[in-house]
Amino acid sequence: MRVRMTVNGRPETVDGAWEGESLLYVLRERVGLPGSKNACEQGECGSCTVYLDGVPVCACLVAAGQAEGRDVRTVEGLAGDEGLHPLQEAFVEAGAVQCGFCTPGLLVQAHDLIERVGEPSDAEIREALAGNLCRCTGYEKILDAVRLAAARRKDEAR
Amino acid sequence: MDFLRPTTWEEALAAKAALPEAVPIQGGTDVMVEINFDVRRPVALLDLSAVAGLSGWEVAADGRLRVGAAVPYARIITELGDRLPGLAQASRTVGSPQIRNRASVGGNLGAASPAGDSHPPLLASEAVIEVESAARGVRMIPAAEFYLGVKRSALEPDELIRAFWASPASGPQYFSKVGTRNAMVIAVCSFAIALHPERRTAGTGVGSAAPTPRRATEAEEFLAAELDWSGASALDPALARRFGELAAGAASPIDDVRGTAEYRRHAVAVMARRTLGWAWDDYRERAAA
Repeated sequence: MRVRMTVNGRPETVDGAWEGESLLYVLRERVGLPGSKNACEQGECGSCTVYLDGVPVCACLVAAGQAEGRDVRTVEGLAGDEGLHPLQEAFVEAGAVQCGFCTPGLLVQAHDLIERVGEPSDAEIREALAGNLCRCTGYEKILDAVRLAAARRKDEAR
Repeated sequence: MDFLRPTTWEEALAAKAALPEAVPIQGGTDVMVEINFDVRRPVALLDLSAVAGLSGWEVAADGRLRVGAAVPYARIITELGDRLPGLAQASRTVGSPQIRNRASVGGNLGAASPAGDSHPPLLASEAVIEVESAARGVRMIPAAEFYLGVKRSALEPDELIRAFWASPASGPQYFSKVGTRNAMVIAVCSFAIALHPERRTAGTGVGSAAPTPRRATEAEEFLAAELDWSGASALDPALARRFGELAAGAASPIDDVRGTAEYRRHAVAVMARRTLGWAWDDYRERAAA
């Protein structure tokens, strides 16, 4: 089947997608954006988190055809022309990246949190990231990174 | 595999009538897991996400809420949390934020898993499920008559779930769920309670402790008869214990990987007692105010 959608601001037309395949497969294997990671394929790990019409979802649980005409933003779409997004910089600085497999999903999910809730509490951060599994870091550095990014965002807003 | 993409409800009903084996998909949080793991290879997916109206809700002329089958849990929490507090509490325990952004009560009903989180509060608040077919029109099915067996419901092959109806809470409602952590947990067992002060009755729902979600009818009758509905007195611990026993008596759980039958019976009794305690505290506060 053919699927047309916007990915990171660019119109994409994908031909030959199987009707049962996921948006994640389309993004990684057909659009050539391997940032979103394929791990559990059942919505448990959050490593495939992308924005679908501005809402974070597990791309592995969206059928390809359901993305028809919709707007997708992946981790590749977070950085701007001037380089990394401040949240990505905070992840690097805080040591929130080890093997890196969970990082793309965490970035999209944390990005949504910071955009929606300017100054999230620790409880809010934990709740927001509850569906993103990391097996390396123990999460503390990830929490540090989100706190750091939120604090810088607040300073810049001043 | 076919991918059917109706844009109106009438088209969706026609498609389901023409191909009853087509599997409806909305949030995909159940259906896509089965496809990803090749557990199920349906002849067609019937994508309802472009159907207008399914993801909205309204207050009907009789004051009840009519909530579209596709309203995701995230919106149940933010938009209906004040009017459907029991369902909103259950919604908060569903999966993760990403899952709650997609998953819906309609999908939970369609899957009809005994462990589905929305079922106990739907039972406790006496919700009614609106289903429809092109051939026979609308059927209104009380939640208590909707669940027929493990992953089996009263939905006919040519029918689709359009909405559920529920009265805005007239009294306290609570939900409790046992699992290994707060997020991403399938219920080991769960329990919902709703007090209906205007009728001086209580509703209950027991989840994941029987082949279907079910009401604990004896426990409900016990509360209607024994609670001091004037709200003058604190909850009698013996009454709360008895309520728990009756709730556990309604369960017919099995041993499985998530827990033993004995544990589930015990946990249902504890959750029933606790949720009653929370609800009664609220009830007395409101009565005093």
